Amino acid sequence: MLISSDQIEQLHRRFKQLSGDQPTIRKENFNNVPDLELNPIRSKIVRAFFDNRNLRKGSSGLADEINFEDFLTIMSYFRPIDTTMDEEQVQLCRKEKLRFLFHMYDSDSDGRITLEEYRNVVEELLSGNPHIEKESARSIADGAMMEAASVCVGQMEPDQVYEGITFDDFLKIWQGIDIETKMHVRFLNMETIALCH
Amino acid sequence: MTYRVGEAHSMGFQVFVPFSPWSWLLLLVALKCPEASSDLNESTNSTAQREPNVRFAAAGSEPDEKISVFALDYDYVQIPYEVTLWILLASLAKIGFHLYHRLPGLMPESCLLIIVGALVGAIIFGTDHKSPPVMDSSIYFLYLLPPIVLEGGYFMPTRPFFENIGSILWWAGLGALINAFGIGLSLYLICQIKAFGLSDVNLLQNLLFGSLISAVDPVAVLAVFEEARVNEPLYMMIFGEALLNDGISVVLYNILIAFTKMHKFEDIEPVDILAGCARFVIVGVGGVFFGVIFGFISAFITRFTQNISAIEPLIVFMFSYLSYLAAETLYLSGILAITACAVTMKKYVEENVSQTSYTTIKYFMKMLSSVSETLIFIFMGVSTVGKNHEWNWAFICFTLVFCQIWRAISVFALFYVSNQFRTFPFSIKDQCIIFYSGVRGAGSFSLAFLLPLSLFPRKKMFVTATLVVIYFTVFIQGITIGPLVRYLDVKKTNKKESINEELHIRLMDHLKAGIEDVCGHWSHYQVRDKFKKFDHRYLRKILIRKNQPKSSIVSLYKKLEMKQAIEMVETGILSTAAFSVPCQAQRIHRIKRLSPEDVESMRDILTRNMYQVRQRTLSYNKYNLKPQTSEKQAKEILIRRQNTLRESMRKGHSLPWGKPAGTKNIRYLSFPYGRPQPAGRDTRVAELTDNDSSDSELPSIMFKAHSRAGILQESRLTQEIIPMKSLPRGGKPSHFGYQRNTSQEEHDGRGRRGALRPKPLFHAVDEEFESGEESGEETSAIRSRWSGEHRPTRQHHRSHSPLLQRK
Repeated sequence: MLISSDQIEQLHRRFKQLSGDQPTIRKENFNNVPDLELNPIRSKIVRAFFDNRNLRKGSSGLADEINFEDFLTIMSYFRPIDTTMDEEQVQLCRKEKLRFLFHMYDSDSDGRITLEEYRNVVEELLSGNPHIEKESARSIADGAMMEAASVCVGQMEPDQVYEGITFDDFLKIWQGIDIETKMHVRFLNMETIALCH
Repeated sequence: MTYRVGEAHSMGFQVFVPFSPWSWLLLLVALKCPEASSDLNESTNSTAQREPNVRFAAAGSEPDEKISVFALDYDYVQIPYEVTLWILLASLAKIGFHLYHRLPGLMPESCLLIIVGALVGAIIFGTDHKSPPVMDSSIYFLYLLPPIVLEGGYFMPTRPFFENIGSILWWAGLGALINAFGIGLSLYLICQIKAFGLSDVNLLQNLLFGSLISAVDPVAVLAVFEEARVNEPLYMMIFGEALLNDGISVVLYNILIAFTKMHKFEDIEPVDILAGCARFVIVGVGGVFFGVIFGFISAFITRFTQNISAIEPLIVFMFSYLSYLAAETLYLSGILAITACAVTMKKYVEENVSQTSYTTIKYFMKMLSSVSETLIFIFMGVSTVGKNHEWNWAFICFTLVFCQIWRAISVFALFYVSNQFRTFPFSIKDQCIIFYSGVRGAGSFSLAFLLPLSLFPRKKMFVTATLVVIYFTVFIQGITIGPLVRYLDVKKTNKKESINEELHIRLMDHLKAGIEDVCGHWSHYQVRDKFKKFDHRYLRKILIRKNQPKSSIVSLYKKLEMKQAIEMVETGILSTAAFSVPCQAQRIHRIKRLSPEDVESMRDILTRNMYQVRQRTLSYNKYNLKPQTSEKQAKEILIRRQNTLRESMRKGHSLPWGKPAGTKNIRYLSFPYGRPQPAGRDTRVAELTDNDSSDSELPSIMFKAHSRAGILQESRLTQEIIPMKSLPRGGKPSHFGYQRNTSQEEHDGRGRRGALRPKPLFHAVDEEFESGEESGEETSAIRSRWSGEHRPTRQHHRSHSPLLQRK
């Protein structure tokens, strides 16, 4: 993922602000972001920053602290897809973004989104509203899982087991949806010099 | 007979098919009467004023020799009678239009209305009606225009609108200005050419004409767009333009009229021009401001109307109208006021008013705007067919040409600029579509028609030119835009409506917000976020009803319903194999597709509670509201419900799920983790406790296969449901299934739920979902069951509800 030098400077400033001029950030530093408190999925977001899979440092587990380079790595997932890129690169970018999302769902790093994890996500998403009970959230998650199963596997035999959504299934679900237009952070839009990461 | 003229115009459409003999009879009567009418008809300059006294005066002045047993008095009822006939005629035409289902995708409905209008005009002209209807300024601006604008504002999908608001304002505002001045100036230059005989048309008049001809009505093409499923930003640009364009044109028109009234054009100084510009801005902003204020006031008032819900629609309409009038009093833009009022009010009013009021408001709004538009087109038709034309080849042709040229210029120039600021720019194809969708409509015609003759000696020419442009754009552009969109292969939207999609998109929204917070970057996204927080903290507290006993019970009801539904389905559908190993069973049997109703209710929950309501833009159709439930299933539900009740009475159950749900006995279908519960409500097993393993308490609703041909799953279901499920613990067979009622009851159930509103439904149901309708019926069966018994035994249920929770 490519980010320009301007953006890197801006992010560096932000990084220093968050870390209190330390070279690394820990989970606690994210408490300094006040608006994040109100975000229903804040724990997942914060966790995503430390996820080894996103940092490309491993296939599971969490890092304790991240430095600026790691911070940039995470931010690069949100770069808008450049329309001048060719098809292959677009696909690659898309896959990377979807992988990031997948890791957010798949908290135990086993490569599958299980029903429990899905339920967890839905509950978090609905946690902002006190009127929705866990039951409703659960049923929604279950419904979504059913749907995913039907999309990915189609009609299943009575003996078939559906373990969970794998990354390929996840890609299938997302096939029609336009992640390019949705998963980007606005300011990472400016394109001046592309710096290879 | 004169009505044959109409048939000659039929152009092969099926619109005349549904014309019953009665309507022709009515038309005939209507036509005959004017010939027999007295001279009292002449005076109508304004259709609003009829003297009811005239009739009595006439009767009194000449003492009759005899008392007539049967007399005809057409004058008395003429105006309402004719107006009603026209509206009916247009409605019948619309029915015919939609009967032939391919037509709406081929051409905009405006085409149809224009044809009807022309037809009526032809009839009136043909019969040499003594008093053709005329429209004057006050009728148009006070009565006909507000409903149309209100409807546009109310049904506007807010989130996509505000996401694109920068582009929309830039495009609509500047586009209207560029078009107006461009066309006006170009025409002025043309008028200077002596050869065309137009030298008496001065600059101001040309500018005025430019402003009124640049008022586009692209909503007409939105229906065509829906067919082609264009992408959301494009749709929003056109919608936004339609919304704001009227307002801007009218403002410009009024300012220029004021200028024109300053008789001498030489008197206009730069100061006046600056004043005009300032006025433009103030009028616009002031109008919006008024609208917002009135919106909040009406939302606030609806907070207190729970006991007299019948006046809720009244409040909504009256306040909107009041905002329009108040703004007009101060010479602010009433159109923008009423639009802003509708947008502001909608969110809060929807939560406050009762279900029926909500439906009433929606339908009434559609109805009013439909009537208004029809009348305007009728007037247009009447003007078309008549002697009051002035045809000037040069003017008309150049008008057409310049309209297209200037629209192209404004589109490409403005979008070039706005694309620099957009994350996802509009492609050239999109811009071509936007250019081509510049269809004029009733707005332009009305403004042209209302030009004061005293200031515009050549008014007829303007009217003729306007009519030509309208006819041209509506028919030629309107009909060909559909194929053009398909040909250009404009980027389509993904209309798959699924829970997954909703979930993921919500997640992404929050993720984006979170990342932006972390980056510390302020973006328009955050503006919306901040507004939402403000909204939650202050506005909602003030404007939304606090204790809504009705709806909290209703929402509880709904929750319990769902719970019961889930549990009922679980016990209802089992396969024998699964029972033996409840804990280990990790299978999904017969994955049933979620029914549209399930999906819809889930999405309702999602949208209402997770995030700002995400409107689906593509359900908007200017001319009708999508039907919400399928009526045909209603009766079936009632019948089945009665059977259910009867059976339950017989078996002595007061509740469908009598056992206090303690532990689960039946598990199958499970996912690897946690509770071995099947995903999907359809395949869930109801929880039976093993504590009370008495057979008798089990719900007695029998599951009957809905007789639908060719759905495999059903037959499978029937076979497998009936046998008893053995409870792992108690080993007790329990009999169940449940009645499959279809969605009527569900609809009723929904009707009672204040919290959950049936939204305009998706009509593009995925194939996946089709077979799943039965499951929806199952769950609604539960609901119906529940609803049937909920009322008398509410307390009873409540006491059971904690027990029914899963452990």
